[in-house]
Amino acid sequence: MLHNFGQYLLFLKTLVTRAESLKIIFKRTIDEAILIGTNSVFIVALVSTFIGAVSTVQVSYNMVNALIPRSTIGFIVREMVILELAPTITSIVLAGKVGSSIAGGLGTMKITEQVDALEVMGVNSVSYLVLPKILASLLVFPMLVVIAMFLGLLGGYVAGTATGELTAQEYITGIRIDFIPYNVVFALIKSVIFSFLISSISSFRGYNTSGGALEVGAASTTAVTQSVIAVLIADFISAQLLL
Amino acid sequence: MIEIHNIHKSFDGKKVLDGISGVFETGKTNLLLGASGTGKSVLLKCIVGLVKPDIGSVTFDGTYFTNNKLDIRQEIRRKIGMLFQGSALFDSMTVEENVEFPLKMLSHMPKSERMDRVNFCLQRVGLENANKKMPSELSGGMKKRVGIARAIAPNCTYLFCDEPNSGLDPLTALKIDALIAEITEEYNITTIVVTHDMNSVIEIGEKIMFLYEGKKIWEGSRDNILDAEVPELKEFIFANRLMRDAKKVEKGAAK
Repeated sequence: MLHNFGQYLLFLKTLVTRAESLKIIFKRTIDEAILIGTNSVFIVALVSTFIGAVSTVQVSYNMVNALIPRSTIGFIVREMVILELAPTITSIVLAGKVGSSIAGGLGTMKITEQVDALEVMGVNSVSYLVLPKILASLLVFPMLVVIAMFLGLLGGYVAGTATGELTAQEYITGIRIDFIPYNVVFALIKSVIFSFLISSISSFRGYNTSGGALEVGAASTTAVTQSVIAVLIADFISAQLLL
Repeated sequence: MIEIHNIHKSFDGKKVLDGISGVFETGKTNLLLGASGTGKSVLLKCIVGLVKPDIGSVTFDGTYFTNNKLDIRQEIRRKIGMLFQGSALFDSMTVEENVEFPLKMLSHMPKSERMDRVNFCLQRVGLENANKKMPSELSGGMKKRVGIARAIAPNCTYLFCDEPNSGLDPLTALKIDALIAEITEEYNITTIVVTHDMNSVIEIGEKIMFLYEGKKIWEGSRDNILDAEVPELKEFIFANRLMRDAKKVEKGAAK
C-alpha cells in the first residue's frame, strides 16, 4: 500500500515536470471540461433532484412534533444538501461516471500502445493526457456541485409542496433561516479536493494498466473503489478542519 | 547508424536480453528475427527508450542515448518514427489528425504547411482518400499504412517497426514490407524491423540479426541466411513446410 502511494506521488510529480506547452494543455483542458461536463450534467441533475426530494419527505416524516415549525424541514434540507449531499454524493456519482471513464480510457490507450506512441514521439504522455483531465475536473466539478445544490433544493421544494408536507412559503422561509454563506464556500472547497482525488487516482490507475481488456476493467473498478474511499476520508478530514 | 552495446534486461529475475551488441546501418532495412518470446520487441523498446536496459548502451549516429540527459534523449526521440504492432493510432482522432499529430507537437509549422505534409505522407503510403476516416473504419493493412505515414511525417531519421505484418494477409504483408523498404531507401533512414515472418526476411532482409533466448546467435543478410549453419536458425527457418520444400527443390536442382 505504501509502495502504491509512493508511486502515486511520483506520478503526480511527472505531471508538472517537463510539462507540455501551456497552449496545448489549455486547449485539451477545455476539450476535457466540455466532455466531463456534458457527460455528467444529466446524472448529477437526476441524482441531486431526487436526493433533495427524498430528504424533504424523510425529514418531514421524522418531524412530527407540533412545537417545531414546518419551516424547519426546509432549514434541515438546505443544511444537508449544501454541506453534505451536493458535494459528497455528487462526487461519489462522478467517481463512478468520470473516474471509470478516465481509468478505462487511459487503460485502453496504455494496452493498445497509444501511450508508448506518445512517448516515442518525445511527448510527455502524463502531462499531455492526464494533466488536462485533472485541470478540467477541478474546473467542472464545483460547477456541477452548484447545479446539484440548486436542484437538490428545488427537488425538496417540489416534493414538499406536491405531497402537502409543507407549504411553499414554509419551505422558502426554512431554506432562508440562518443562512451561512461560508457553508457554500466549504462545499466548493470540498468539491475541489474531491475532484483532484477522483481524477488523479483514476488517472493513476488507468495509466498503470498492463495486460488486456480484463485488466482495463479491473483498473476501472479499482479506480472507482479507491476514489470513493479517498473522497469519504477527505470528507471527514475537511469537515474536521474547515468547520 | 544505430549501435547497441552489451544490452542486458531482466524482468522479475528472468533474463530476457543477454548481452546483445550490434550495428544497424543507415539506408538499410535491418531485421531483428527470432521466434516469439526471444526478446525482439524488448530489444526494440530498449533501443527507442521505452524500456531501460539493466546494463548496456544505445548510440544514435554517435550520440549516446541511454542514460543521457533528458533533453538530449528528447532531441533524439524527435527523430524517431515508430510503427507499432497494433498500429497504436489515436482512436479519438481521424486519420488526418493522427498523421498531423507529431507535426503539431514537434514542429512550428503553420497549419497549411502541416496539411500539405499530411497529404503528401498519406499519398506516399497509398491512402489519398482516407483523411477523414476514423481508425475504427480502417482495415488492418490501412491502419499499418497510416502508422507508417504518421512515423515518417516529421521527416524521421530512424524508423522502427514492431511486427508490421502481424495480422495481415500475405499479399498485404508483402505490400507493407515493400513500402518500408522503399521509404528506407528513398529517405536514407535507419530502419529496424522486428519480425518472425520468413517472407519479410526474403523480401527486405538486407541485414538480419537472429535472436535466440535473449542472445544474438547469428548475423547476416537474406543472401546467406538459408545457408547458415546455426541449428537454432535452421530449425526456425525450416519450421515452415514451404521453406523445407523450397530447400529440397534447390538441392535437386544443384544435383
